[in-house]
Amino acid sequence: MNELTTFDKSLLNLLQQRLPVCSRPFAELAAELGTDEDIVLSRLQFLKSEGYLRRIGTFFNSKALGYTGTLVALRVQPEYMSSVAEAINRYSCITHNYEREGRYNLWFTLLTAHKADEERILNEIRQLPGVEGLLNLKAQKKYKVNVQFKLH
Amino acid sequence: MSDNQDSREQTAAGTFADRRKQQEAAGTAVTSGEPDGLSELDKSVIRALQGDFPLVAEPYKELARRIGISEELFLERVQALNASHKIRKMGAVLAHRNVGFAANVLVGWEVPPERLDEVARRMAASPAVSHCYDRNTAPGWPYNLYTMLHGHSRAECEQLAHDLAEENDLPQDARVMLYSKKEWKKTSMQYYTE
Repeated sequence: MNELTTFDKSLLNLLQQRLPVCSRPFAELAAELGTDEDIVLSRLQFLKSEGYLRRIGTFFNSKALGYTGTLVALRVQPEYMSSVAEAINRYSCITHNYEREGRYNLWFTLLTAHKADEERILNEIRQLPGVEGLLNLKAQKKYKVNVQFKLH
Repeated sequence: MSDNQDSREQTAAGTFADRRKQQEAAGTAVTSGEPDGLSELDKSVIRALQGDFPLVAEPYKELARRIGISEELFLERVQALNASHKIRKMGAVLAHRNVGFAANVLVGWEVPPERLDEVARRMAASPAVSHCYDRNTAPGWPYNLYTMLHGHSRAECEQLAHDLAEENDLPQDARVMLYSKKEWKKTSMQYYTE
């Protein structure tokens, strides 16, 4: 992987904060960086192809769209880990699924529009072979959701 | 006097008609009947936005074309979704491992309930913290606050957690460090697809 240039870092720092909502958003970013729209676009295409960008786009407030999220911790017998993890991955409303160190060793996030869906899915998961325990850790309040990395 | 009144009524009627026309154009007239306050138009705009953003000169025109509406209307609905905070952020999220933040850890904290709000606010203000939520506890699981910490190494994550405990006057043994061993899935939610 190539090193990021000073220009790349400025571009990524800016784009992590905002994407303008106007007809030519990349021209607007270019003007702020003192360069041309073409340069911004070609550099972003390069940075994306090199794997520096997870995603450029829109991140929604799931609660405002009528969805409720929760964090679920599972205690899974080690020999069943991959079968349980793969079964969990099949749910489209489960977006993040991580094996972690500790007593509860598989953690996932679940977003549903209806309480009944959440209950049904958690019941199905409780019954998977190798699942010995489940914690449903509902958020009371979000204090921060802001994934930004200032590049120097 | 009556002239004045007439012109005022005309203005009011004109304003109302204009507003209704604007609402119809913007799809907000349809909105009122929806339980979640979102029109079918807004849902199709959300579906268009939730994929990867086109890296072309006129990206909104491209997205608008995909759902068969004008760029002008598309931009207007995006502004409205921003104004009503249905959009949390527009921009880039970096692949953190590839930009030097190789280590991250989910930390569960055991915070005295009466101090939860104060501690959560202070932790959320730390630049090393990307996510901060308070959550319910469970039998045998006393942790009520969760933060995602990012560092360049595992040692740095340990240090960050140590410092956060100290700054918040929490005992050093009142947390659980949930390092990830394997990423089984990491995707973006696709709304209104089922």
